[in-house]
Amino acid sequence: MNRAGKAGAAVLAVAALVAVLAPLLVPADALDVTRVTDAPWRPPGAGHWLGTDHAGRSVALLVLQGTGTSLFVGLTAAVLSVGIGTLVGVLSGHFGGLAAGALLRVTDFFLVLPSLVLAIALSTVLPRGLGTIVLAIGLTSWPSTARMVRAQTLTIEARPFVERARALGGGHTHVIGRHVLPSVVPLVLVNATLAVASSIVAESTLAFLGLGDPTRISWGALLHQAQLHGAVPQRAWWFLLPPGVAIVVVVLAFTLVGRALEAVVTPRR
Amino acid sequence: MVAVLGFFLFRVVPGDPVVSMTRGRPTTAAMQAELRARFGLDRPLHEQFWSYFTGLLRGDLGTSFTFRRPVADVIAERLGPTLLLVGTATLVAVLLGLWLGVRAGWRRGSPFDRVTTGVSLTLWAVPTFWLGMLLMMATGDLFPSRGMRDTDTPPDFVSQSLDVAHHLVLPSVTLVAVVCAEYVLVMRSSLLEETTAPYLVTARAKGLRDDLVRRRHAVPNAVLPAITLVFLRFGLVVGGAITTETVFSWPGLGLLFYDALTGPDYFLLQGLLVVTAGAVVVMNLLADLLHGVLDPRVRAA
Repeated sequence: MNRAGKAGAAVLAVAALVAVLAPLLVPADALDVTRVTDAPWRPPGAGHWLGTDHAGRSVALLVLQGTGTSLFVGLTAAVLSVGIGTLVGVLSGHFGGLAAGALLRVTDFFLVLPSLVLAIALSTVLPRGLGTIVLAIGLTSWPSTARMVRAQTLTIEARPFVERARALGGGHTHVIGRHVLPSVVPLVLVNATLAVASSIVAESTLAFLGLGDPTRISWGALLHQAQLHGAVPQRAWWFLLPPGVAIVVVVLAFTLVGRALEAVVTPRR
Repeated sequence: MVAVLGFFLFRVVPGDPVVSMTRGRPTTAAMQAELRARFGLDRPLHEQFWSYFTGLLRGDLGTSFTFRRPVADVIAERLGPTLLLVGTATLVAVLLGLWLGVRAGWRRGSPFDRVTTGVSLTLWAVPTFWLGMLLMMATGDLFPSRGMRDTDTPPDFVSQSLDVAHHLVLPSVTLVAVVCAEYVLVMRSSLLEETTAPYLVTARAKGLRDDLVRRRHAVPNAVLPAITLVFLRFGLVVGGAITTETVFSWPGLGLLFYDALTGPDYFLLQGLLVVTAGAVVVMNLLADLLHGVLDPRVRAA
């Protein structure tokens, strides 16, 4: 793995640690709007090293608290998306015929549709909540994985050892389970890492548009609050910068790790 | 297929649209029944689909709940600003992105390449709306940050256009930054595919300058897949436009999208989904046709 990839992995380890430790680091009533005593819109300084938001809550604690939600949504949505993509890709690559053709058409159709538009539509019609966000992102971002996995499946199935397995009486389950799946796993892992990156961005966008889970703090939800309560006209850069920087750093880390893995899995000439 | 999806998403998925439309508002059973009758939701599904589909063919997208006007009219009057913003941003992003991508890919591993790739990867990780908010805060009063024109601008053409251009700066810079990053990476990797091709060795062997090898031989070949991808990723631009317009209150389709989802105004959302998805599908058809024009090999096939 290259240097950028290692740096990315280190950042991710720290982020995961923060997400796990957040309940210990953040006092239970520090984020309760009704119980905070500090003045709103305080710039960074003694006491609050990242300042306070519109309700007097500490921005630093809010960002810490948001780590878990953002990472959770990113990871689960990526798993859902890559899972669907792998399933569709392997099935349409392995089984030819009319059904596979239809599956391919559907994949192509969803591939060109603007996924953010679809995700917005889905999260508007379904009840608000973390599950809806995960579903909206996962259900709209699978087609690129499906295309890639399908291509890989077709390549593998054309190899002599698969033909041999078939000739020896290996059924569909055997060929898929023993030969196709192991060979697509590296590709799927790379895709999953990159999918986490785009899922976190998608989550922040949906949350920014006010479609997030209103009971939870995520980085996107914080930026939604910042926009709603006028952080820009207030010049409250300390409320705007930290959540965004957190998103950029973690997304970049996932992208770098994904690209490093990609370089390992499919070496360039 | 777009039409079927639009119908399915807004009529079948939510179960009863009236319930979710009136969520959080006090309504009586009688009011809900009246709403259902008004939107024709009390008829069987296949009848609803038929009337929706025939309406669509006539350009009738239903009536907006919040604007109390036909959805098609509302969308039509917001189309111009969006085309202006998306058109400007795409043009700049494509030119800049392809140029930077070529420069970076040709000298792979050079400081320029490393900086360009690094910046692109970072920008790719930046949420569009956040970049917009940052730009707004950083530039202060230098550029207007809300809407498309001031009310006190003189009505003659020149000052009106200047005013619109002035308003256009921040939203298009935001959109360009995010979209361009993708194009740089696409163009770069596309050029990298070509750098080891034998025909480049030939071109060099016959004594062409490095510049000419790049311009006349490598780029024309590498630009084809890149252009195709640019069109394929048009959905990305649409997504970026929604958040950019929301942040800058640019009076286009993206802002309309935001208004519709805060309603939520189902018929407006459905219409917007059908129109944007349709536009993206058309762009893909265009990409196929354009590919034929640009690449003689495809034309022959």
